[in-house]
Amino acid sequence: MEGYKRNMIPEPETPLPSIKTGYGLLQWLSSTDHKQLGIMYLWMALFFFLVGGAEAMLMRAQLALPELNLLGPEVYNQLFTMHGTTMVFLVLMPTLIGLGTYFLPLMIGANEMAFPRLNAMSLWITLLGGLLLNFSYLAGGAPDAGWFSYAPLSEKNYSFTPGLDYYSIGLIVTGIGSIGAALNFIVTTITMRVKGMKMNKLPLFVWMVFFNSFLILGAFPLLNAGLFMLLLDRQLQAHFFLPATGGSAVLWQHVFWAFGHPEVYILALPAFGIISEVIPVFSRKKIYGYVTLAASTVFIALLSFGVWAHHMFAVGLGNPVNTFFSAASMLIGIPTGIKVINWTATMWGGRIFFSTSMLFAVAFLIDFTLGGLSGIAFAIAPIDWHITDTYFVVAHIHYVFLGGTLFASFAGIYYWFPKISGKMLSEKLGQWHFWLFLIGFNMTFLIQHLLGLLGMPRRVYTYPDLPYYGSMNFIATMGAVLMMIAMLIFIFNIFHSLRKGMKASSNPWYAWTIEWFASSPPSLKNFDELDEVKTSRPLIDWEKTNQRNDGE
Amino acid sequence: MMVNESAIRYKQSRLMIQLLLASEALFFAALIIAFVYFRNLSMDWSESSKHLQVERTGFFSIFLFASSGTIALWSNALRKGKDKLALIYLAITIVFGAVFLFGQATEYLNLFSEEVTIDKDIFGSAFFTLTGFHAFHVFVGLIILIVTWMLCRIFGYGVGNEQIPPGMLVAEWYWHFVDVVWIFVFFFVYLKPLI
Repeated sequence: MEGYKRNMIPEPETPLPSIKTGYGLLQWLSSTDHKQLGIMYLWMALFFFLVGGAEAMLMRAQLALPELNLLGPEVYNQLFTMHGTTMVFLVLMPTLIGLGTYFLPLMIGANEMAFPRLNAMSLWITLLGGLLLNFSYLAGGAPDAGWFSYAPLSEKNYSFTPGLDYYSIGLIVTGIGSIGAALNFIVTTITMRVKGMKMNKLPLFVWMVFFNSFLILGAFPLLNAGLFMLLLDRQLQAHFFLPATGGSAVLWQHVFWAFGHPEVYILALPAFGIISEVIPVFSRKKIYGYVTLAASTVFIALLSFGVWAHHMFAVGLGNPVNTFFSAASMLIGIPTGIKVINWTATMWGGRIFFSTSMLFAVAFLIDFTLGGLSGIAFAIAPIDWHITDTYFVVAHIHYVFLGGTLFASFAGIYYWFPKISGKMLSEKLGQWHFWLFLIGFNMTFLIQHLLGLLGMPRRVYTYPDLPYYGSMNFIATMGAVLMMIAMLIFIFNIFHSLRKGMKASSNPWYAWTIEWFASSPPSLKNFDELDEVKTSRPLIDWEKTNQRNDGE
Repeated sequence: MMVNESAIRYKQSRLMIQLLLASEALFFAALIIAFVYFRNLSMDWSESSKHLQVERTGFFSIFLFASSGTIALWSNALRKGKDKLALIYLAITIVFGAVFLFGQATEYLNLFSEEVTIDKDIFGSAFFTLTGFHAFHVFVGLIILIVTWMLCRIFGYGVGNEQIPPGMLVAEWYWHFVDVVWIFVFFFVYLKPLI
């Protein structure tokens, strides 16, 4: 700032302390430190996870037996809408963005993000959006048109509670927060790398978050445009999505899915990044096919904007359109398949150490691939016509979001928790968490593929006592109970380990990316000085040079 | 070291505003696509859209297009250290932007008097949403420019550097963006029906 005549904006002079702070809450609220913001993102995600999880448990209770009447249809509609919206926008995104916020600067050897204040704004505005969305419960009713709010069901004359207005405003606000975070990631990655870290030596997690940020910048403006139109329809009686008065209900679907399909990759790419960090470290091998992993990500990112209409095969867009989007969707299987092969090949012949983190990574490989396969099934339009809007869709989305994103997030949290807190998470509780969650998850959702094929529609609050319906739904509910128990163990594990966990060294897993060079937890200034990076495994190189210097 | 620091800040700010504007461009693209889509779909489009006055809006648009030139002159003058001249150029830019907004406001009032409103029909919805969001962006841009002018005038912000400060660079980029968006909006809303 020396170049200017006068420094217009006072910069904070005194360093903010790291995790253990003497200033209490106020210091957390006013923090611009990327590590504190990352931690707050993760807490926020955990909070909303409990909210969304409670919504899911209520739904499973209602569906446990045929013709139950615990919840009425109106309440049930609000629950599945809020469950989907909360889990996508307020749990998975903050988790991934939070891990990115914490570790992206650390992994490239930077001391801070490029725009610390923007970083803080992104966090708080995301939280504000989440609170607005959930405030709708108190304001007369939550949104109730599903998480993609198809028009005209989401219009004033069909959904007259203020829920959809809160949905629009809340998601616009949250979306702006995500865009801010994405800007920050890109600029940080391009301008703040440590000396010698060329783009071809970046850790894969950084690559994935970097590409992902472009997806966010491309997708969220489209959603915001659509939400503004919906809001104008509802509040100022505009006609955008009302076919009766010259609007178009299909336009909403186009706009929403033009955002929505990139969005599912926005939730997947950072997860791929985490897996690409965890698997090599616990296999004690270099990642197999670094370049193909990064390049296939570009392929996925570009394709993701060209497949949105595969969510709309049942609309009746005509065969040419359907065929095009079928083919484009199947193409996505190729780069994703390349990635799965890469991870498997990394494990091949490695000395695998099954920590909880690695277990989740392996479970990710299997369950995400299953989710990918059911996705390929949906890419075939005739199959889609048969099973769209059945429980098969519910099973598919949960296999990619839970078996994919959430498992990867767990892998990342078990992997990085020592770095964030300076304490190890208990492996014993971790194993319990893993097995219970894995069994519960597959119990709940594997069976839903069959339910969907039998023809049980999604989004119905109850069902008649048809053969197998009752028993399968009961199994699914039991699985959900197992997942809930697993999550309670996980949360207990976090709090227990924070207080009484084993102290962690700066590099407990003997990993080789730069974030493990900082202390655990990192000091306010992440690094005093770093040597030049020569390969993609800097810590191993630095250790070697140190040994050589000691030997002399 | 310090010079290096400010060079990095400059680069970061430029990258940030470019990415942000690219993102914004997609937002406007979505609104323009919606507008064109409804024009091709709607039966009673011409009923309301015949009230648009192309020459009048074209006249006011010239002011916005010209302001893109004057803001370029402003940053050029700043780089050359002619701060008095720079202030004048910036003031002209602000006035041009304000004239354009005045044109928009009077156009809206005209349409209201013809009973074309956002809730009348699909043309009203699409037209007021698209031009309204653009006008809002111009309005925000005006605030940014006025604040910049005051900083420049009162504190000498950005005077006497070989490089303009990142904040000013961002303001300039943003203003050009608002202008470019209007080129597209003007073409699709006013000129395309004439072709």
